[in-house]
Amino acid sequence: MKAIVTVIGKDRVGIIAEVCALLAKNDVNVLDISQTILKGYFTMVMMVDTSGCKMAFSELSKLLQEEGEHTGLSVRIQREDIFEAMHRI
Amino acid sequence: MFKRDEILQTIEMIDQQHLDIRTITMGISLQDCARESAENCCNKIYDKITRCAEKLVKTGEDIESEFGIPIVNKRIAVTPIAKVAASSDTEDYTMFAETLDRAAKEVGVNFIGGFSALVHKGFTLGDIRLINSIPTALAATERVCSSVGVATTRAGINMDAVRLMGRQIVEAARLTADNGGMACAKLVVFSNPVEDNPFMAGAYHGEGEPECVINVGVSGPGVVHHALKAVRGESFDVVAETIKKTAFRITRMGQLVAREASQRLGVPFGIVDLSLAPTPAVGDSVAEILEELGLESVGTHGTTAALAMLNDAVKKGGVMASGHVGGLSGAFIPVSEDANMIAAAERGDLNLDKLEAMTCVCSVGLDMIAVPGDTPAETISAIIADEAAIGMINNKTTAVRIIPAPGKKVGDTVHFGGLLGSAPVMPVHDKSSAAFIARGGRIPAPLHSLRN
Repeated sequence: MKAIVTVIGKDRVGIIAEVCALLAKNDVNVLDISQTILKGYFTMVMMVDTSGCKMAFSELSKLLQEEGEHTGLSVRIQREDIFEAMHRI
Repeated sequence: MFKRDEILQTIEMIDQQHLDIRTITMGISLQDCARESAENCCNKIYDKITRCAEKLVKTGEDIESEFGIPIVNKRIAVTPIAKVAASSDTEDYTMFAETLDRAAKEVGVNFIGGFSALVHKGFTLGDIRLINSIPTALAATERVCSSVGVATTRAGINMDAVRLMGRQIVEAARLTADNGGMACAKLVVFSNPVEDNPFMAGAYHGEGEPECVINVGVSGPGVVHHALKAVRGESFDVVAETIKKTAFRITRMGQLVAREASQRLGVPFGIVDLSLAPTPAVGDSVAEILEELGLESVGTHGTTAALAMLNDAVKKGGVMASGHVGGLSGAFIPVSEDANMIAAAERGDLNLDKLEAMTCVCSVGLDMIAVPGDTPAETISAIIADEAAIGMINNKTTAVRIIPAPGKKVGDTVHFGGLLGSAPVMPVHDKSSAAFIARGGRIPAPLHSLRN
């Protein structure tokens, strides 16, 4: 299943490495990354494939959120369908 | 791949502009639960609801977490109990309400609608028993919502029912006096009620509906408000277009959730209700949109025109985004549930007369309005009659959800808490309508030609 991971937070060294390591550990494959600094905030959008992940989607979502909070980041994962519905006819 | 801006825009809508799915409502037919023994009937009702809706809340929560969109309420609407209970050997229908309440608590939904009767042309035995039981039933339960249809465009207005409902509302307030008259917040009187409305307190599962169905109500006044900030000072052509585009996006989200919920529950998808439903949270207000359009306060001159445009643009934008549109579909103006309406009412900028005018052009009616506790039942009946007449003549749904707050007077505030918010007590006209209401009978159905 394809999903979108968004990471927003104060910029510092190692954010991409941390998030990617966490995803890799849970067998989530990264398909595309787009990253920038927006109004002083680190903002990253990733397209991922979760079909190899053994966890339920809701657990993965909770894990990313909690791990993000530990390091001061807002990390969320959402199924891509929601963006498809909202932005494509 | 989506553009980064698109993804961030969606997240901002959810995080900062209160975008959410307001409700997933499961409609359940109870027609096969009728039994001669009231106790057996209640058992059947309990079993059927808990069986059909067993996974409703869990499914809603799963969708919430996978899509990252809050689904605020999971609810149930059932066949009007007056029909189901009519063949049972009891006159007091409170036990049916208690059964619904128990079933709602068991499956974890916060409201269950359908303690209802449709009496626009007259009362059956079941209808009159149900209406007589409404005050005690609502006082004895927590999550049950009740509605009574007293008028339709085709049948006219049942003024006997209007008179009776005025009394029942006063009685319901009296029985829940220590709770601000809370029972009245769960009671709606309708003209032209709809069968597939997912919103409370007026939801019930109508006669033309299937065995079980999923209806979804969307929200998002904050998102519309935010979009309109970007077009300040522009003409109404631009404003209408902006609202349409925003409503389209909001509704597509509703459609997605409805389809997903329907698939997972194995229950057919009914409709998406294209509504702008406010909550008491700051930034989640319909009145704020009207004020953004250039009105110093909601309630001032221009409010009706602004609301008419908003309501129409929401429907135009939303209708293309969903396969099936239904329910009440329009902007809601519940006073106690909208921060800017509360403020306007407290300032005296918004009164009942203006609200009545506003209900001519939007969904759904005089909603969540607190009036002084000593308001006569006949005055409440007359308010219902006025609203029913607007619905009847204009071929639209109108409703009255009014709370004669016990012991309160104009200037006081009644707190209901949660989504129901808090209502400033608003003045009513002090001249009597008693002789008008005492007449009873029916106001005949209106003519449909010579329209002016």
